Amino acid sequence: MSRHVLSLLVEDKPGLLTRVAGLFARRGFNIESLAVGSSEVQGLSRITVVVDVEELPLEQVTKQLNKLINVIKIVELEPEQSVLHEHVLVKVKVDAGTRPQVLEIVELFRAQVVDVTPEALVIELVAGVQRTAGLLKMLEQYGIRELAQSGLLAMGRGPKSITERIPRA
Amino acid sequence: MSSPTTPSPSPVRAPARAAGGEQHTTRAPEPELITGAEAVVRTLELLGVTDVFGLPGGAILPVYDPLLSAETLRHILVRHEQGAGHAAEGYAAASGRVGVAIATSGPGATNLVTAIADAYMDSVPLLAITGQVFSTLMGTDAFQEADIVGITMPITKHSFLVKQAADIPLAIASAYHIASTGRPGPVLVDITKDAQQEVVPFVWPVKLDLPGYRPIAKVHGKQVQAAAQLLARAKRPVLYVGGGVVRAHADAELLEVADLTGAPVVTTLMARGAFPDSHPSNLGMPGMHGTVPAVLALQEADLLVAVGARFDDRVTGKASLFAPDAKVVHIDIDPAEIGKIRTAEVPIVGDAKEVLGDLATAFRELGAQPAQPYAAWWDRIRSLQEQYPLGYTPTSDGLLSPQHVITRIGELSGPEAVYASGVGQHQMWAAQFIRYERPNAWLNSGGAGTMGYAVPAAMGAKVAQPDRVVWAIDGDGCFQMTNQELATCVINDIPIKVAVINNSSLGMVRQWQTLFYDGRYSNTHLNTGAGSARVPDFVKLADAYGALGIRVEREDQVDDAIRLALETNDRPVVIDFVVSADAMVWPMVPQGVSNSGVQYARDHAPSWDDEAPESGVDPDFVLPAPEGGVEPVSEADAIAEAEER
Repeated sequence: MSRHVLSLLVEDKPGLLTRVAGLFARRGFNIESLAVGSSEVQGLSRITVVVDVEELPLEQVTKQLNKLINVIKIVELEPEQSVLHEHVLVKVKVDAGTRPQVLEIVELFRAQVVDVTPEALVIELVAGVQRTAGLLKMLEQYGIRELAQSGLLAMGRGPKSITERIPRA
Repeated sequence: MSSPTTPSPSPVRAPARAAGGEQHTTRAPEPELITGAEAVVRTLELLGVTDVFGLPGGAILPVYDPLLSAETLRHILVRHEQGAGHAAEGYAAASGRVGVAIATSGPGATNLVTAIADAYMDSVPLLAITGQVFSTLMGTDAFQEADIVGITMPITKHSFLVKQAADIPLAIASAYHIASTGRPGPVLVDITKDAQQEVVPFVWPVKLDLPGYRPIAKVHGKQVQAAAQLLARAKRPVLYVGGGVVRAHADAELLEVADLTGAPVVTTLMARGAFPDSHPSNLGMPGMHGTVPAVLALQEADLLVAVGARFDDRVTGKASLFAPDAKVVHIDIDPAEIGKIRTAEVPIVGDAKEVLGDLATAFRELGAQPAQPYAAWWDRIRSLQEQYPLGYTPTSDGLLSPQHVITRIGELSGPEAVYASGVGQHQMWAAQFIRYERPNAWLNSGGAGTMGYAVPAAMGAKVAQPDRVVWAIDGDGCFQMTNQELATCVINDIPIKVAVINNSSLGMVRQWQTLFYDGRYSNTHLNTGAGSARVPDFVKLADAYGALGIRVEREDQVDDAIRLALETNDRPVVIDFVVSADAMVWPMVPQGVSNSGVQYARDHAPSWDDEAPESGVDPDFVLPAPEGGVEPVSEADAIAEAEER
């Protein structure tokens, strides 16, 4: 199995997410993460899906997705030529003794503290999966009280846009 | 809506030129104000729809009011919404036009689900229109509420939920377009009751806005040339023809390619009639119950040209062992079918009609030799045909042979008739023993395997093509699932002919029980046939509906009954053919094994390896009555198919 990052440009229509998610489930493909939001074109949303499949089923995934009427375009983003980031919010238990150690880790990972109370810190990091995973691993020992992660967001490097040849509404 | 500069609204269908008052400019007429329900009817009429099948209920009631006064739209009231769905399918499959079914919300809509699933599997252009509860009630578990858009998402090509009357024309026009273009399929339009009641200006024509829908790909010329070269170089090619050729109306182009290349042709269950059975290159149907020559030709081929076919498991057997030496040219309008099951050396995305036309041209330009091509290959195939012709074992219990009955129906009715079948043994025999000479003559539920398809589908076909003889070749099990539509046929003067191949059992399941479950007939006896209580009595049932009922129990009655049915056109006819329950469908490739293991008859596998010849069968094809032990091939694979219908 290998991870693939797909960027889908879709019409912003009711039920669209169900159609996409349902297709994955129905055809037996695993979604590792999914992130949905607006694109720069009005009426079009952008879905970033990370799937864990072999090359051949991946082709099936994209072909089947392309058959969905509301899917305009699908691009597989190569990790080397893309920015791949996720957003992590993590609440860590601290006391006077451990706070400096945790803050040092925050510094080390270039994360940010966004909320402070005597018993806990809320730490935010926007980074690639390796850095976010590294941060979480380091924080584990102090006791992670709460964790929220976005799906992976991805964009190709360079001047090109995946909406380039899409007629703007 | 009256403005000082425009005259009163004029009907959209007769747009009077509206003078622009003082400005002396020509303006479009003010759109007419109509209800959403009227917009449904008018949109269908403007799309050219002339027949719809349906059944009213609360949430679709507004639409039924303008239907009563519709001038060019005929509504046929069915007795069950599933009947409406299959009728629309049969209408579409026989004529190539979009079939339309209408139902109310909740159970009305869910009753359409089987037909929608069926249309999805067999790529039938079907437009399903359902009523939905008031938009204000949606999501509250309101009376007769069902999320039909959600329910049908996996089995529709697309669907629309319409909550505003103004969106109705565009939604229906888009649905119609999507259903009928590219790879056809079912599209659902779910319309809330408030949208049906709302009064809005009716605007026509509408502009389709489907940026993500590009159904027709431009055919790749180089790929077509590569395919032509492979065909010219192949020693053992087979044209593997699927239902896509029927849907694409590509039969003439297929004939041209076949004649030009001299390659043998197999027609799948969905493609029977796409290539004439009388053509010497036609080896018949491949697959689980295909002819031995068709099955083994695919298996031994060095090149498969698959056209509108999808390598279904019923054709390939164990896919990893299917046609092991063959390169594959795969022509399909749906790119997702190419490479789904079998990798194609030459993938060609495109409309079968266009691609086959291009392929013929490309082959001709190669200047390949037309005289007796593939000679050794044809020698091999002809010897298989001689050794293993299609045939059947006469019954030994004195009851009718179902294969004889079906053969005679085909012979007496001819190739211009339409034959719709249910699912099971009778379906396989109808695919095997009727000679099809034209596409759209054979309608059946291939992918979904929907028992109960035949009667409503035949009804729909007869509505689409009233001048043709239309047969429903049904089983006693299938017939009991949808025979209520005989009432629809009688009331609406749709004189179909139903041949119930009555073996008093769920025959195909029974055959599997014979072969793979040691003859333990669990829940397959239906008590409708010979020696049973006859519940129900199909002749009395026909009579109760006002149809002509005939019972046939002896071979010398068969032809007379069929002739009487063919002469009776003032009402439907139901012939109860009381046949033997022991007749089995042969040849057969047991589930989950290689197609090389095709069995000509019970315990009788042909020799596909010249080095290990087995004895052939008598040329007159009267097989010894198969008695005795269970198949050696009855493996665990078969048990996985216990739920097989």
